[in-house]
Amino acid sequence: MADEKPKEKPREMKAQVTVPYEMAMGRNWHRFFENLKEERIMGTKCGKCSRVFIPPRSFCPRCFEDNEEWVEIGQEGTIETWCYSNLMFYGQTLKPPFIAVQVHLDGTDVGLQHRIAGFDLSDFEKVRELVKSGGRVRVVWNKEKKGNIFDIDYFELIPE
Amino acid sequence: MGRAVAVIGTGQTRHGRRNDVSYPDLVREAVRMALEDAGITPKDIEGVVSGTMPSMMEGISDTHLYFAEALCEVGKPVLKVESCGSTGQSIAHCGFYWVASGMADLVLVVGMEKMFEGDGQATMSTVADPWFLKPFSAGAPGVFTMQAMEWMHRFNIPEDKAHEAAAFISVTHHDSALDNPYAHIKIKIGMDEAKNAPIITYPVRLLDVCPTSDGACAVILASEEMAKKIGRKPAWIRGLGFRGEEFFYGESNKSIWPSATEAAKHAYEQAGIRDPLKELDVAEIYNPFTYQEMIFYECFGFCPRGKAPDYVLEGKFNRTGELPCDPSGGVLCTNPIGASGLIRLAEATLQVTGKAGARQIEGAELALSHAMGGIDQFNGVTIVGAKL
Repeated sequence: MADEKPKEKPREMKAQVTVPYEMAMGRNWHRFFENLKEERIMGTKCGKCSRVFIPPRSFCPRCFEDNEEWVEIGQEGTIETWCYSNLMFYGQTLKPPFIAVQVHLDGTDVGLQHRIAGFDLSDFEKVRELVKSGGRVRVVWNKEKKGNIFDIDYFELIPE
Repeated sequence: MGRAVAVIGTGQTRHGRRNDVSYPDLVREAVRMALEDAGITPKDIEGVVSGTMPSMMEGISDTHLYFAEALCEVGKPVLKVESCGSTGQSIAHCGFYWVASGMADLVLVVGMEKMFEGDGQATMSTVADPWFLKPFSAGAPGVFTMQAMEWMHRFNIPEDKAHEAAAFISVTHHDSALDNPYAHIKIKIGMDEAKNAPIITYPVRLLDVCPTSDGACAVILASEEMAKKIGRKPAWIRGLGFRGEEFFYGESNKSIWPSATEAAKHAYEQAGIRDPLKELDVAEIYNPFTYQEMIFYECFGFCPRGKAPDYVLEGKFNRTGELPCDPSGGVLCTNPIGASGLIRLAEATLQVTGKAGARQIEGAELALSHAMGGIDQFNGVTIVGAKL
């Protein structure tokens, strides 16, 4: 009967969309990752405002000029901010718990996202005692290099 | 600002888990209500703007194709605009430009989301690039926690004070949602419950975080001539501002958030507002996280930098305070993302037209609405008033 009110709740249907990609990283990201394999961190510098970028921007986001100069960047830096995550969602790269960090590497003018590790992260209260905004960190290289951001395995805390 | 533009009708669905209806039927629910509120029919609409989050949220791309009938689009010019969480303000601005330019007299603006159909955090992480940002993504809570930590560090805000103020915002917003018939999360909570809720991404706790919701919102914009002809009490758009920042999160200072600050400043200039705390009667701020709400208070000039927790704990932004913020319960209690920024404008409209029911702020004449989008990248503000 067309006008009969349905007794059941309308059904839902399972569906999935999966699409593979081949994404071009461009010359700058390519050069950056090739240098990571050699344990060098390279940034680009704007000829106009002199800011140093990491990730190495091909052009200055504010001046719109080509960033033609490459500079080697320090392997230590300062924690600008951080986050302890105990959350897991579909497709997430890092397994919880992990510490995401924005680190201001020496000689740059921007913050880089990475992770802090190298100690027991299971107890948040202990993590909180150790990790502070303004604290210093240094790069720990991955022994196995793949030419991606995890060639920097993680940042370790430099004791005060 | 071009021609004067009025909001002459608004409509919202009941928000929450809406698996009782298909996505197009959900959209139509909001559109039909807005048409009734404005006293017009689909054939009166001259153009349609819609917007959502990235299409992976519901698994169907370019939904303005799928919603052609629900959006009354057939035979009309159509636009879709997306800016992640700030979509709701982006589409309102787009509709404003259309009417202000003189190219149309009646434009329908609709934002929507059906978040229970997909995976919200996984979808949102697709706005990050695969090389530098996505590998360290901890979803939206991770981004907002990084921002909150930076803000507390920069302004030397004691963690205990920020924690107390965040809990206070959670309690007052959840209270307000009880008076909003469209709100999703309707629970009565106390300070201890908010302060001791499970940690999501420290210091952000469960009751500091918005839900995911299904819902839609529609708004009808009209030229002055059309608004007067139709004769319903309108809300006049008095100012608007929208600003973006660099893509990479670490390239701008999120503790003072330039895009939020400048978007509000631009809107204030147009509306002639010099002291927002005194001049605004109510604000509907896009606040998926309690800590972020406090950063917005500072960016919008409601209080000095670093002082938001003090103002919050003094009750300045309560429903009985100097500038009531989010009397609807806000995004914290209802978040169908593509609609959320437009719901802020709809709620601001209800306030200045005296139609906000149990959540009405008595005598409200000037209201701010706002939304934020991306990895803290975009901010949009629209100010509406009872007078032109």
